Amino acid sequence: MTPVARHQSIFLMIMRRLRAPLILLIAIISVSVLGLTLAPGPLVDGRPEYMSFFRAFYFISYTATTIGFGEIPHAFSDQQRLWVLLCIYMSVIGWAYTLGTVFKLLSDRNLQQAIALMRFVRAVRRMSEPFYLLCGYGETGRMICQELDRRGYRMVVVERDETRAGEIDLSSYAADVPALAANAGNPGTLLHAGLTHPNCIGAIAVTDDDDANLAISIAARLLAPRLPVLARARTRETAANMASFGTAHIIHPFMALTDTLALALRAPAAWRLLGWLTGLPGAAPAERRREPPRGPWILCAYNRLGRLLLKTLDDSKLPVTIIDPAPRIDSEHHWVQGDASGAATLEAAGIRAAAGLAICTDSDVNNLSIAVTARELNKEVFVLLRQNHFSNRPLFNAFASDLNAVPSEIIARECLTILSTPLLAPFLDVIREHDEQWCAWLLERMTRRLGARAPETWSMRINLSQAPALYQRLMRGETIVLDQILRSHANRYEYLACETLYMVRDNDDNLVIPAASTPIRPGDELLLAGRPGARNAFDLNITNEHALTYILTGRDLRGSWIWDKLRQRGAKGARHSPR
Amino acid sequence: MNFEKVIFGFFILLAATLNFGFFIGALDNPVLHDIYELFAAIVVSLIATMLKFGDRTQIGAIHLATSLVADLQLLAAALVWGHAAHILGSDPLAPAQMARVVSLSGGAFLANAVSVTILIAETIMQRR
Repeated sequence: MTPVARHQSIFLMIMRRLRAPLILLIAIISVSVLGLTLAPGPLVDGRPEYMSFFRAFYFISYTATTIGFGEIPHAFSDQQRLWVLLCIYMSVIGWAYTLGTVFKLLSDRNLQQAIALMRFVRAVRRMSEPFYLLCGYGETGRMICQELDRRGYRMVVVERDETRAGEIDLSSYAADVPALAANAGNPGTLLHAGLTHPNCIGAIAVTDDDDANLAISIAARLLAPRLPVLARARTRETAANMASFGTAHIIHPFMALTDTLALALRAPAAWRLLGWLTGLPGAAPAERRREPPRGPWILCAYNRLGRLLLKTLDDSKLPVTIIDPAPRIDSEHHWVQGDASGAATLEAAGIRAAAGLAICTDSDVNNLSIAVTARELNKEVFVLLRQNHFSNRPLFNAFASDLNAVPSEIIARECLTILSTPLLAPFLDVIREHDEQWCAWLLERMTRRLGARAPETWSMRINLSQAPALYQRLMRGETIVLDQILRSHANRYEYLACETLYMVRDNDDNLVIPAASTPIRPGDELLLAGRPGARNAFDLNITNEHALTYILTGRDLRGSWIWDKLRQRGAKGARHSPR
Repeated sequence: MNFEKVIFGFFILLAATLNFGFFIGALDNPVLHDIYELFAAIVVSLIATMLKFGDRTQIGAIHLATSLVADLQLLAAALVWGHAAHILGSDPLAPAQMARVVSLSGGAFLANAVSVTILIAETIMQRR
């Protein structure tokens, strides 16, 4: 493991700062005690009685700390009282100085940061479950964090902004999420946050700063080469840079959006199938989504996203009119200079004849204003609406655009898909290769079986850790087909609400929508889609010997070794006895 | 010349000399061991401990450790004395009790001697 700079001991740091007040306190108390033993006390048998060190120290201890039990053991002489008077004032000053220094020290920012860092490092070091290292807790980070937490994963968060990092303590996550307010681009911070921790299973770089994301990717590449890294890139250049040193997954929200649009224009059925499979829980049902029309389009704002969309529309050979406040830059397309939120500008761009409208300015208020005006002028127009801030969601929901582009949501969805279902990405590539007819048939079949709402998709491998019961039976040489394990363990004549989409085998013999009679082999990887709840039932089928025996044979196991043995003996006895 | 170093050396040396002064003499003879000297040794030893806090070097750590040992031994000696004088009520102390106190302070003296040795070694190492 790479050495992490050990933080200096907090206790020694405090003691160093408290040196002066403590020495003063020791001096005051020792002088007081000494004086008290020397001061003559009241006369006993004609001779003054002196206090012993023990009694003097006892008296000074309770007087200096303002407890004040009184004059113990006897009433004092006036000489003693004179000295005690001095002691009281000296000790009050000593204590006030000490306490003042302690409180000043505790409210010291550097000390607080040192304590926070120490706690964070300790919490990360004690992580005994697999966890993800999430850098950046903005809108995207929060969405990913919530979803991963819901799915039962642990996380460690590094966020530069202190207020946002503090928000994590107030959020109601099921598991404890250690968070540190620091710059994630710093390799030292990443090491503190557990980049090289044996339980770290992935780093997610979704800060709003491309440089930081780049720094995290390269740090992970060098310090933890086998760790999968998901990095967000704002620009094409950053994406190319990340790709150059082998970052596992680069997420460019605008390119993801334009890819989706291109697919929708080229192959609507594949687009629908894709949307159904990758939708977040609660997304709109597949058949209610309108597909982007082929016809004249209007593009509002010629910016980064605008140019990417323009290229996509050009590739599909659709006529595009651009509305932008700037004078004409692009000579190939029809260009209307002006503010798109005005009806006159939209009219000039030909809104009444347009089939589609892509609104992608940087301001959410402007985007909504354009969208509302355009809908009034043309009810049928397809609206692609860019939403910059997740917090404006209620407004965008109320408008109901045909395609809502929320960069933070796109990134979150991509991240979650990659993390939870690694087989989904290859399967989506398979979908893109198939023709329209096949996609339409598959979507029809799946939605009839699993409902129109987005299903839960998951992938798993038939091995000892993920499917112990099934794996052991397969290793014993039994032949088990898919159809047998996709049944309910409550009633084996009922099927679970899930389907196998993809089967990846070691010898590249990959099966798309494998037939129910396909025999399962050890080491197979399966991609499944099902209704919520089906996953748990399926997991029980393949991990629990009792459930598996029941769905395969219809017999209930006794659930104990002794009963099993008795049952076997009984069966043998019955076989040998003469008829 | 550094004034801080003077203070530091002064307290370490004074802690050792006071401790030695209290320790010297027949172990069990109460006349040869003065309570005020023990008190002074404890106070100076505590102050020396405080002065040693905050040095993060290896030598600093050993310095602090020797002081902590001396404090512990001297405080134990004071406790034994207080117990004998107030709870068992023998004033002056019986020879056996006195021997216990003085032998504890002897242990503290060894720790203080180590401390002084380190101080001298450190000074010689610097050669300026």
